[in-house]
Amino acid sequence: MSEHERYAEDLALYALDALWGEDRAQVDEHLATCAACRRELEQLRGDTALLALSTTGPRPPQRARQRLLDAVAREARTPKVMQTSTRRSWWGWLGWAATAAVVIFALSLWRENSELKGSLASASSQAAKSARDVEEIRRIAAPILEPEAQRVTLVAAKTPPQPQGKVFYLRNRSSLVLLANNLPALPAQKAYELWLIPTNGAPIPAGVFKPDAHGSASVVNPPLPAGAEAKAFAITVENEAGSATPTMPLVMMGAGE
Amino acid sequence: MAELYDRYSSVVYAVALRVLGDTGAAEDVLQEVLLQLWRKPSAFDAARGSLGSWLAVITRNRAIDSLRKRRPETDIEDVVLSVAPDLAGEAERARAAEKVRGVMGSMAPAQRSALEMAYWQGMSHSEIADKTGEPLGTVKTRIRAGLIVLRKAFQT
Repeated sequence: MSEHERYAEDLALYALDALWGEDRAQVDEHLATCAACRRELEQLRGDTALLALSTTGPRPPQRARQRLLDAVAREARTPKVMQTSTRRSWWGWLGWAATAAVVIFALSLWRENSELKGSLASASSQAAKSARDVEEIRRIAAPILEPEAQRVTLVAAKTPPQPQGKVFYLRNRSSLVLLANNLPALPAQKAYELWLIPTNGAPIPAGVFKPDAHGSASVVNPPLPAGAEAKAFAITVENEAGSATPTMPLVMMGAGE
Repeated sequence: MAELYDRYSSVVYAVALRVLGDTGAAEDVLQEVLLQLWRKPSAFDAARGSLGSWLAVITRNRAIDSLRKRRPETDIEDVVLSVAPDLAGEAERARAAEKVRGVMGSMAPAQRSALEMAYWQGMSHSEIADKTGEPLGTVKTRIRAGLIVLRKAFQT
């Protein structure tokens, strides 16, 4: 029986979150060094998703939606982010969003790296290389991630604060982060909506968001169609539930750099 | 968040309700799962799977934890799955549900019930073996083989 066959059945139980104690520890140990079994585990989890997704039932009660949005609003008012200076600024949430972006990027690099190297190197040297790559990413990301890093936005001297937005978009991963600041406050029941303007076709909704009391906001990984090619991004004001098509005027707009 | 809720709450709630059989407890799991995603969006890696499938798996695991009154063992960030259908649309979900029911219906009854006990009741293979009087190894084999049958049905 090969190493993989030995673990095949335990992996199915692992995917069901039904493997415990010593058995689980053994599988964890094997997974740490076996890219093939990691892939099989991901596949088995995908299989369990089919079972889950096949369930149909009543919709959740209407109050559940408001309860969730209230909880989100409460947490947004007391963000658990690191403030890096006594001056109240938008860097607190920028740190959070940037962390999210860097972690997503680092994780995907780590996975890609371990898969590519799988056919070339032994399992242990592969893990060591992945660890070094992650360390390198951490080193590069330190000025963004570390709370003690000093962060300053530079604008032309004597310029009053202007609304600013920055979109980071990785088309091949459908991964997007928007960081915005100095956004004007909105009337009740209104929100900003980000749009991906594709090379062909209608604008694609890319997240509804509201700025905090300091005019800062972020969108991280909104649901997007796979591989949409972006010609530009724009922001409109919509009802807070969001819209399927942008309502003019565009309040912010930018094309690729 | 409102958009996320509108798109995925029915999947999350349906899964939680199927496991827990109690609307209040299912609502709690719905709230917990979507709040966790909001707090830690980086936990979901769009490059490796669809959000609907990932949420379904996370929800099922959380609902089982809640059913069995145990602390969550797996961090949501550690749950990675290979691309599976997103099924965000009602019509797609209904078609997939029909197909899964068809595949489950074509399984031998002992295999189907082992898979259902493990999946929807969170029973361990030894609990299933105790209940059915079958050897542990047989139960393990049935569970894995059942998942592979499902996979193949969606690959063709």
